Amino acid sequence: MLDRTEGYTTPDGRQIGGVLMELKDITLRFGGVVAIKEISFDIREGEIRAIIGPNGAGKSSMLNVISGFYHPQDGEVWFKGRRRPPMRPYQVARLGIARTFQNIALFDGMTVLDNIMTGRLNKMRSGLLSQALWWGAAEREEVENRAEVEKIIDFLEIQNIRKTPVGRLPYGLKKRVELARALAAEPGLLLLDEPMAGMNVEEKEDMSRFILDVNDEFGTTICLIEHDMGVVMDLSDRVVVMDYGRKIGDGTPDQVRSNQEVIDAYLGVAHD
Amino acid sequence: MLYREAGDFKTSYREDGQTFPIRLDRWGYYAVLAVAFGIVPFLINDYWASAVLVPFLIYAVAAMGLNILTGYAGQVSLGTGGFMAVGAYAVYKLMTAFPEVNIVLHILLAGGITAIVGMVFGLPSLRIKGFYLAVATLAAQFFLVWLFNKVPWFYNYSASGQITAPERTLLGYAITGPASSAAVKYLVCLCFAVVLAWVARNLTRGTLGRKWMAIRDMDIAAEIIGVNPLTAKLSAFAVSSFFVGIAGALLFAVYLGAAEVGEAFGINKSFLVLFMIIIGGLGSVFGSFAGAAFMVLLPVLLKNLLVGGFGWPTNLAAHIELMIVGGLIILFLIVEPHGLARLWRLAKEKLRLWPFPH
Repeated sequence: MLDRTEGYTTPDGRQIGGVLMELKDITLRFGGVVAIKEISFDIREGEIRAIIGPNGAGKSSMLNVISGFYHPQDGEVWFKGRRRPPMRPYQVARLGIARTFQNIALFDGMTVLDNIMTGRLNKMRSGLLSQALWWGAAEREEVENRAEVEKIIDFLEIQNIRKTPVGRLPYGLKKRVELARALAAEPGLLLLDEPMAGMNVEEKEDMSRFILDVNDEFGTTICLIEHDMGVVMDLSDRVVVMDYGRKIGDGTPDQVRSNQEVIDAYLGVAHD
Repeated sequence: MLYREAGDFKTSYREDGQTFPIRLDRWGYYAVLAVAFGIVPFLINDYWASAVLVPFLIYAVAAMGLNILTGYAGQVSLGTGGFMAVGAYAVYKLMTAFPEVNIVLHILLAGGITAIVGMVFGLPSLRIKGFYLAVATLAAQFFLVWLFNKVPWFYNYSASGQITAPERTLLGYAITGPASSAAVKYLVCLCFAVVLAWVARNLTRGTLGRKWMAIRDMDIAAEIIGVNPLTAKLSAFAVSSFFVGIAGALLFAVYLGAAEVGEAFGINKSFLVLFMIIIGGLGSVFGSFAGAAFMVLLPVLLKNLLVGGFGWPTNLAAHIELMIVGGLIILFLIVEPHGLARLWRLAKEKLRLWPFPH
């Protein structure tokens, strides 16, 4: 078991900090259905944390609890050493938690640039009058934030599509734009819900590289859900395994791989 | 070949974000403004002002208002007529209660009052969407018309139940009442339309506009990036109603001079403005002007053509006109749901590449 407060060093030499987010005994029920049952785990500063499990294991529900869409019946969410009261999603966003969705949730009527600019809405402080007259704070903010957004556009290599309406883009690029929008918020914790679902090998490789780069360059803590085991084992520092709403494994990829319960969940158990 | 970005280099984000990125567009825009302010006022006569230009400008303001709410923020409203009535009655009460205060201030205040009323009727949007919201705003339409009919205080206990705009001047020129000239009416409406168009453009290209469009395109995703749906929706209702209220105030005070609420601001008006933004183009300031021009000009053109050109009886022409307008609306909905603004954009795209096909 890892020490609960101190950080650790990953095999590739990255220093992981203390606990950023801690989930304590989370239970989430929809009527009689228990989606998540007494799950606890933590996310450390600077690490890439994966949540895996078979379909219907409660992974996305877990992410929705973190981002404020669902409110668990039991359990506590701790963020940056403080217990987080029940919050609406937009309040969670203001704490510095950004996310992407399994089914892309971009704003189809807006250009790529505008979509990414929406990621910075929380940095904008100008008042109604200033915006209406495009004078002072509004214009200054627009230019400053545009400069930040351009850095992200460069980083994710989507310069050529910045003025394209998002609705016209192919799937892989949409996923990348969604990542860009989440990054534009400069999140302390980035939640990725199946960032590689439906991608071909090449796109997966690109996306994996971006995830690693984001973690490396901005030091962003990442929590991701993914089905592709190869990707998960390569990318993540620690893995939580869920099955039927329960946690059945937690640890480094190697520990998880050799966990008998995890093997059973994925491969099935012989009934004799 | 003149219509190109080529050679027109943008070296700052400020320049890149401007409204008319292509030089010829910019010049065209300045040229239109110059003609509208410098030439038209000298040529205008009563017929042109009252049949075409003044209603066009006033409806353009109303259409911009509804477009902010429906086109940008995605909240359907059928209450435009009712909100215009709020603007009209607000300006009437202000004009009669404070005759010494400048009329422009009254019109702006009427917009502000309408904004507050709009926010109140926008509250249901926090719970309901789409058709159901449309019906809720329809309730606002009927309630407001009923209210202005029912409570005599609103029409100063006048015997006819009508409101009549007293004469008010600006810089020595009468802009309301029977003494006002065509050119002055036109210029007042033009100033409001131009300034409000500029404000609409500024609001929709900045932070607030992005919030509205985010709510329109996908409200869940908007919330996850930190948009508070309550403030985003209510601000859309407020700004939209401000525009619509000013349009109502201008329609009553400057254009009609006297109004009876059921007639001037009935449900027909709500649909008229809605047709304008559908035909003009949802989510486009230009589309609001195009739609208003279309809906104001078309009946005038048809009437001139059918009665003046073919010599048909007036009542026959009036009925044919209804059929043609209805048919065109259906045609637009089927063929080009994004309206005239989109046709204009496509034409410009083509022009940018011309004479090459790609």
